[in-house]
Amino acid sequence: MFTYRARAAGLAAALTVVTAACGAAPGTQATTQASQGGVNAATATSAADFGGFDKLVEAAKKEGNLHVIALPPDWANYGEIIEKFQAKYGIKIESETPDAASADEINAVKTRKGQDRAPDVLDLGQSFAISGAAEGLFAPYKVQTFDKIPEGQKESTGLWVNDYGGYVSIGCDAKKIATCPTSFADLLKPEYKGKVALNGNPTKSGSAFAGVYAAALANGGSFDDIQPGIDFFKKLKDAGNYNPVETTPATIEKGETQISIDWDYNNAAYAPQMAAKGIDWKVNIPSDGKYFQMYAQAINKDAPHPAAARLWQEFLYSAEGQNLFLKGFARPVLMPAMTADGTVDKALAEKLPSVEGTPTFPTSAQVDAAKAKLASGWDAAISG
Amino acid sequence: MSRTRSKGWLGALPLLAFFALVFGVPAIALVVGAFTVQGRPSLANLAQSLQGGYLNAMIGSVRLSAVVALLGAVLGTFLAHAVVTSRFTLLREAVLTASGVLANFGGVPLAFFWIATLGNSGVVSGLIGLPSGSLYTFWGLVVVYLYFSIPLMVLVMAPALDGLRPQWREAAANNGATAWHYWRFVALPVLTPAMLGGVVLLFGSSFSAYATANAMVGTVVPLVTLKIASALTGDVLIGYENIALALSLDMVVVAGLVMAVYLPLQRRSSRWLH
Repeated sequence: MFTYRARAAGLAAALTVVTAACGAAPGTQATTQASQGGVNAATATSAADFGGFDKLVEAAKKEGNLHVIALPPDWANYGEIIEKFQAKYGIKIESETPDAASADEINAVKTRKGQDRAPDVLDLGQSFAISGAAEGLFAPYKVQTFDKIPEGQKESTGLWVNDYGGYVSIGCDAKKIATCPTSFADLLKPEYKGKVALNGNPTKSGSAFAGVYAAALANGGSFDDIQPGIDFFKKLKDAGNYNPVETTPATIEKGETQISIDWDYNNAAYAPQMAAKGIDWKVNIPSDGKYFQMYAQAINKDAPHPAAARLWQEFLYSAEGQNLFLKGFARPVLMPAMTADGTVDKALAEKLPSVEGTPTFPTSAQVDAAKAKLASGWDAAISG
Repeated sequence: MSRTRSKGWLGALPLLAFFALVFGVPAIALVVGAFTVQGRPSLANLAQSLQGGYLNAMIGSVRLSAVVALLGAVLGTFLAHAVVTSRFTLLREAVLTASGVLANFGGVPLAFFWIATLGNSGVVSGLIGLPSGSLYTFWGLVVVYLYFSIPLMVLVMAPALDGLRPQWREAAANNGATAWHYWRFVALPVLTPAMLGGVVLLFGSSFSAYATANAMVGTVVPLVTLKIASALTGDVLIGYENIALALSLDMVVVAGLVMAVYLPLQRRSSRWLH
């Protein structure tokens, strides 16, 4: 009898602790919001809602922190972007799990709702941005340069906005490979036996998925039909040219992935890094399969630091932020506008791998259909 | 007797509570998720996890783990026996220490270690003329998994082999038994529980391994852990989370089946030790 009561008391005590803990997080959030002088940062849809950009900076500085996730320092120059933002506004950026994927970002938003360590801003694959917006996870916000962003590369209320993108490209170690391949057709040549790698697994990695999509375009497929791309990799595998090792700077340096299909901004960023190690890393946009895709930026609707999150967006879509993406060899979304008004860093723009023609984008329905096809077809084509 | 027993049970309460929290709750979430499609109860996830590429991956994982477990158990037992009966204590100590380290070697470092040695541009593959891509196959993965499985088996078997008393061998010899007789009727029955345990352990560790395979073979060798990762996290698939949970449930069932075979056998063979 005594034991029973003691246990019941313990249980009651445990429950109290749990409920108290649950109550704590939203409480702290409420105080952050109240401290912004009447402006509710969490619902502000533009800098004007704060009473101007300076007021936004002030509110963000008061919050003092910004929590970001999935921003690898060597991807699209995010390392420098984070440093510059911290130095400029004195806001400390806590960068968590840099190598996380889009699905992890969405998970973090959902599972840490109301917590202080929820991510404030997200850099997502396009389809995750669209599905996240449909689920009501993001806050609408229009940066000052919103109107200059081309149609189709933003959600009309600013739930998500494309930030930077690139073409699928073929990187190649020119010291070890006599002639670097410049098309998907080239990759089937016997001289590339065991050498053609992807940056990841296409059922998991966005860049590898894009590689298969580009291969489809090169082989008679279309945005509606990714099958020729899957068939191409089967052919590549049967020819003995496919190399299943996923490309990293380390595998390039080791010579294990001498040819790598990846975003042009990744491949181009490897070049100077590899040059320092005596490797001549060449980047070509395949002539027969051009595929361009952008990532998208969004603000967590329940961002623990709502003003800092909005200031981060303003920074990314300022000329300074966009040129920093360009420095990482990524093509920023405002590049056409900035080329027109002369704010683009010309020296950096000239370093980009050259490409002819204007990019076209698949619709999200087309991408979803292609992914479903890939999920069921890829293993069957490549395994064994 | 019954009094002490009930009190002993109470002592285990903190552990049980901890276990319920960190194992029970996720297990329940896993089962619930596996039987849910868009908020409604359904068997669709489970059905999908048992066909096409997913079934292939499950078969691939079981096949790989079974091969590694059997090869690892046999080779590990021989190695352990050689070491235990060796006259050089230094060798024995060195092998056992190395086994302790190597049995815990895994993940991406292990994969990269092998890629640097036997990969397409590996240091050794050039010397022995290994054809390109041969590490990135089913058998390549078996070799890599054996690298940590054999030491694990050595660690399991060494104490058991130490338990074989020299007197038993002498007694058998005095009764006219050959070495074969001794092994067949004395030593092996005594060792069987440890060996079975080792096989189960090896099976489990390769069945659940992920990072090494992910870095080394990508999707070329279909494995269920890789499928779960693709469905659960990534930049490509959206809305496959519950299929990942169904796949995990399948893994739990396979592990359960292995244990179901192991436990009765182990009970039977451990009778020899009493």
